[in-house]
Amino acid sequence: MKWILLSVVVAATVLSDLLQSYQMKRAGEQPAGARGLLQLLPRIARNRYLILSIVCLAFSFFAFMALVQTEPLSFAVPASAASFIVETVLAKLLLKEQIGVRKGLGAALVLCGIMLVAR
Amino acid sequence: MTEIEVQQVIAPRPAFRSKGFRAYILLSAFLALRGFGNLSLAWGTKHLSGALSMNVLSYGRALLDPFVALAIAMLILALLVRMALLSLADLSFVLPMTAVGYVISTLLGKVFLHEQVSPERWLGVALIFAGVAIVGSTSEKTTKELDLIK
Repeated sequence: MKWILLSVVVAATVLSDLLQSYQMKRAGEQPAGARGLLQLLPRIARNRYLILSIVCLAFSFFAFMALVQTEPLSFAVPASAASFIVETVLAKLLLKEQIGVRKGLGAALVLCGIMLVAR
Repeated sequence: MTEIEVQQVIAPRPAFRSKGFRAYILLSAFLALRGFGNLSLAWGTKHLSGALSMNVLSYGRALLDPFVALAIAMLILALLVRMALLSLADLSFVLPMTAVGYVISTLLGKVFLHEQVSPERWLGVALIFAGVAIVGSTSEKTTKELDLIK
């Protein structure tokens, strides 16, 4: 069961992050103060990418709740870092971000780390 | 062209610095909220009766737990901070930097939930951290315009 829950967490997180990053960058730089954060809320409610992103995040969150209930926090959180590997690849392929040797090496190290944590 | 874009064209360095500084402030706030939010969530759900994965209705009861409710408030705030951060910096910068949170959560699990963390798992967490440190030294923003979906 823990692997099913983990897969749901990872897949939903990846989808949510890609949608969010795509839309927020399309919208341009946002004000970062407390008022700026409040101004984000109506913007979220109007945008279909962000709504979909929030739905994915909710799925990910409820699966994570079930995972963290039965598994140690020191497993659940590092294991969910698997989403980072998938996202680095997809950030390059879909968002056209440049990954390069250093980012690639970093991602590979994180992958090795997750494999150890998951054993 | 907005004022910020003009600044980047004329004097790219100072604009990059102040943007970087704001990014790190938001990053710190995010890490604190995420770490303690997860801890509160773990504490709250572990004290519930019945497995959440077995009964969808049990989520309703779980949300009434004070620790779970506190966790959700902190994690929602963390999400908003992170969205502001994503508007300043690339996903491939934000993701690895926020991965420091995986180390923080392992520590919080050990200290507050008295979890056994094997040397193998610590090595895994250290590798995640090393990967994060390497990626963190790359530039924050590499894309100018997106043409993913028109």
